[in-house]
Amino acid sequence: MTKELEDLINEMEEGSVRALARLITMIENREKGWLEVMKAIFPNTGRAHVIGITGPPGAGKSTLTDTLTCELIARDLSVGVIAVDPSSPFSGGALLGDRVRMKEISTMKGVFVRSMATRGAMGGLSLAVRDVIKVLDAFGKDIILIETVGVGQDEVDVVKTADAVMVVCVPGMGDNIQAIKAGIMEIADIFVVNKADREGSERAVLDIRLMLNMSTEKGSLNIPILKTVATKGEGIAELVTNLFEVLESQERETSWREERIREELMSLLDKAIAHHVHVKLGRNSKLDTAVKQVLARERDPYSIVQEMVASFVH
Amino acid sequence: MEQDRNIRVLMAKPGLDGHERGARVLAYGLRDEGFEVIYTGLRQTPDQIAAAVIQEDVDVVGLSILSGAHLAMAGKVIEKLKGQRVKDVLVLVGGVIPEEDIPKLKEMGVAGVFTSGASIKEIAEFIRSHVS
Ligand SMILES: Nc1nc2c(ncn2[C@@H]2O[C@H](COP(=O)(O)OP(=O)(O)OP(=O)(O)O)[C@@H](O)[C@H]2O)c(=O)[nH]1
Ligand SMILES: [Mg+2]
Repeated sequence: MTKELEDLINEMEEGSVRALARLITMIENREKGWLEVMKAIFPNTGRAHVIGITGPPGAGKSTLTDTLTCELIARDLSVGVIAVDPSSPFSGGALLGDRVRMKEISTMKGVFVRSMATRGAMGGLSLAVRDVIKVLDAFGKDIILIETVGVGQDEVDVVKTADAVMVVCVPGMGDNIQAIKAGIMEIADIFVVNKADREGSERAVLDIRLMLNMSTEKGSLNIPILKTVATKGEGIAELVTNLFEVLESQERETSWREERIREELMSLLDKAIAHHVHVKLGRNSKLDTAVKQVLARERDPYSIVQEMVASFVH
Repeated sequence: MEQDRNIRVLMAKPGLDGHERGARVLAYGLRDEGFEVIYTGLRQTPDQIAAAVIQEDVDVVGLSILSGAHLAMAGKVIEKLKGQRVKDVLVLVGGVIPEEDIPKLKEMGVAGVFTSGASIKEIAEFIRSHVS
């Protein structure tokens, strides 16, 4: 590792917010040296608790993150926030607007907020977010909140790795509770009906309860459904109590932790192998030859791939 | 247009004026030009802007100022950034800026000034050519 990088890591561990931010950029961009950073900080990770916040667009996730963070800070916990928004598939750019609703915490001591774009890399997002979580963890954050919109598979995969997941809904979805994507319901540890100042919040609670009653997932009958008014801070204290209960119960589940590590190792392996293959194929003309052969229908793509894999393995 | 590295831009609206449209249009426009735009909304204080610049580790900060307080506002933001030893961020100012104030802004450390006639393409090009 270069001296410069070593200094940056030391600065981060001594509490420099700028060094933390710089390291996150490096890891997010997979800049040269990022693996060295991950290896160096890993021994200092494993302390933070990660909470995923997801739900349909506009449900109040950012506002809730803002008030929830205030409550956690009041309880002497330090907080890191990762707010994920989608990249445009056309331009590769992104509009990351969650900070608009996080004004209260934007300059609060002990809070660090980072916006991240999905960047369209299949499966890459959840790995990148997990790595960013580790840096925040090594920095010393007690709680890390991750906000994602519950629409894309990539976003769902991100919150799935959290220690506790809260799904935020709003009144007025009525029979359309299915509006919350299937696949999200199953990962919820807590449901929040936000905007409870609006009409129909009791109905929304009942709808969710009904849906959970029909679920075959184990434990679904015990999932709390809480009402909040994020803009006024109502229901936040109870939400924190419930979140802590979930976090404490997860703490005991070794098998769950093992499963998560196994899955992380597999994803890292997938990425590393794919990268290796791309580099290798980029260096020789095998792929060009293969394209021509398939185009001319001289060979089928399946045996070509089989052959290539065999050559990588040996 | 896809770039080799994702350039990150913070769009902030300091001061008390409530005209958000220009800043929003620009935020969307820059997204469509391939930038990752962190939009922070109305009435940002210089402290909030500096904190966001640091936490988000942006390459560029764009200040949209229509209230006439551009000299004071830009000055305060740049001062805050200097106070935190942030030197490598490109500061841009946009809005209703009289011609005679442009040299003053540049002297403070503003890299580019864009008045209401400037196109998004022009701003995008400026950013691309100034961010290494
Ligand atoms: N009436 C009411 N409005 C709320 C409440 N919570 C949030 N809002 C408003 O709902 C709108 C959306 O809030 P956000 O916090 O941006 O929602 P979000 O889920 O983060 O939105 P995306 O990130 O765009 O998906 C804002 O105008 C908030 O002020 C609430 O409890 N009651
Ligand atoms: Mg949001």
